[in-house]
Amino acid sequence: MELADNGIEVEGLVREYRKGPRAVDGIDITVAPGEIYGFLGPNGAGKSTTVHVLTTLLPPTAGTARVGGYDVVKDGPKVRSLIGVALQEAALDPLLTGRDHLRLQATLQGVRKDQRGARSEELLHRVGLADAADRKVSGYSGGMKRRLDLALALVHSPRVLFLDEPTTGLDPQSRTALWEEVSLLRREDRVTVFLTTQYLEEADVLADRVGIIDQGKIVAEGTPAELKAEIGRPSVHAIPHREEDRPRIAGFLAQFGEPLATSRDVAVRLRDGLGLTDIVRAVDQNGIDVADLELRAPTLDDVFLAKTGRTLEGATEEAETGQQEKRRA
Amino acid sequence: MSSWPQVGAIARRSVIRTSRQPASVIAPLIFPIALMAVNAGGLRSSTDLAGFPTTSFLAFAFAVPFIQGALFSTMNAGTDLARDVQTGFINRLSLTALRDWALLMGQLAGVVVLGMVQVLFYLAVGLTAGVRFESGLAGIAVLLVYGAIVALSFGALGAWLAFRTGSGETIQALFPVLFVFLFISSMNTPRNLIGVDWFRTAATLNPVSYMIECVRSLIITGWDIQALALGFGFVIALGLICLTLASRALRTRMTRT
Repeated sequence: MELADNGIEVEGLVREYRKGPRAVDGIDITVAPGEIYGFLGPNGAGKSTTVHVLTTLLPPTAGTARVGGYDVVKDGPKVRSLIGVALQEAALDPLLTGRDHLRLQATLQGVRKDQRGARSEELLHRVGLADAADRKVSGYSGGMKRRLDLALALVHSPRVLFLDEPTTGLDPQSRTALWEEVSLLRREDRVTVFLTTQYLEEADVLADRVGIIDQGKIVAEGTPAELKAEIGRPSVHAIPHREEDRPRIAGFLAQFGEPLATSRDVAVRLRDGLGLTDIVRAVDQNGIDVADLELRAPTLDDVFLAKTGRTLEGATEEAETGQQEKRRA
Repeated sequence: MSSWPQVGAIARRSVIRTSRQPASVIAPLIFPIALMAVNAGGLRSSTDLAGFPTTSFLAFAFAVPFIQGALFSTMNAGTDLARDVQTGFINRLSLTALRDWALLMGQLAGVVVLGMVQVLFYLAVGLTAGVRFESGLAGIAVLLVYGAIVALSFGALGAWLAFRTGSGETIQALFPVLFVFLFISSMNTPRNLIGVDWFRTAATLNPVSYMIECVRSLIITGWDIQALALGFGFVIALGLICLTLASRALRTRMTRT
């Protein structure tokens, strides 16, 4: 299958807001047909702006983007006809039922009149909302709204699906159910999925490839395994028995590798050739009092830390504080 | 793909939304009738004034609910659309094959349907209360057409305000301002009998006076071509201006490529 069929090609994409910084600052992305591409980054990194440009809701300031072979600026209507989109806020009408929404969306997307009912039923069953189909959306839980949003995005059988933070705010059960649905879409329907998330686990579990974005720039890209392999060495995390022992433990562990910035525990990235047994032995011999000692394989958060000098959680908090200060000002 | 099914789907949504908010249905039906009843009771002696065009103040006041109901249409249409902007529902619509004009027409078609329900209700109440149309059945038919145009024009005003401000709260805050136009009009007294100079001038400059007088002429005069021409002319002009402004504001809101 050609990339043009249902792939995504982005070159030097820039989106600048008036009187603001560059939300997206010259990014290049290629997503192959049938691939799930995870776009990972903290709040305010530029993920949603990228989705808005790729789905034709925002024109880019510079650069080009093609979805399914069509230019998002020159061929907006053609792009819209082949994509399905679930934006960050599942903008649903609280006064309409799930079935009302599907009927409306099917009509607006040009689904033939004789197929609208059957397609709505099929999707309601697929996302597990058949029993709630005739209830007003105001009575839906967050997970149900997300599932309805996904069904609406699928109503016209799109070739490319954009999901902007689809599981934010969902309970673990709803999150897992949505992951399964997205995997199924790729496996059975060969739909290309562009998924933004701030959850490491989500990108790790779902995505074939991951792009990590920070402050509008892509700082790393590859399969989750490749990215973690870049970090290579595991880390050791110690939880002190007593809070006052934290500096002593940090000083002790520093001899085994470089310290990691973490608020929950004391951690070091191990030097080559060292393993957990070396640490356990040394802790024991030196009478260091720890409640727990754990060896962790590199995660995508480690990749983010290595590339930006911040943890993903810290970057998100930073962005939220910045937004609050801006609002106060 | 034809856009008419889209217009129908948006109109259907507009009607469903309103019908599921009882306050949005009941208020435009009850309040104008209640105001008319209060005025008809309290201002009955106005008919004793020399030159008053009818002996029944009820017949004189019966034109007002049609225009007051249209003001409710403005607020309902505006608030609904502003909420779509606020919640991001407009982005959902932007991502479909929906054309700008189909969204506007669909929404306004919904407003017209509800506007016609109001007109039929006011007619039923008025006829039951003993109001007789000097223009006969043909006059009632003209009133139905006029009611549809009034709902469309005032709905377009609401749509423009919604797309321009993107705020349901702003629309609701503007509602009393629109009501001022109703009160500074010939709603309770014929213009030639208004004794206060500034009020008479304001009522003469106020297009709402001519809209009321258009309906009133069908009830108490018969066929007054000048009143009909002014009433239809002002409401069609208002509609055309508001539709143009609403289309422009909508294009800015639906910033898709």
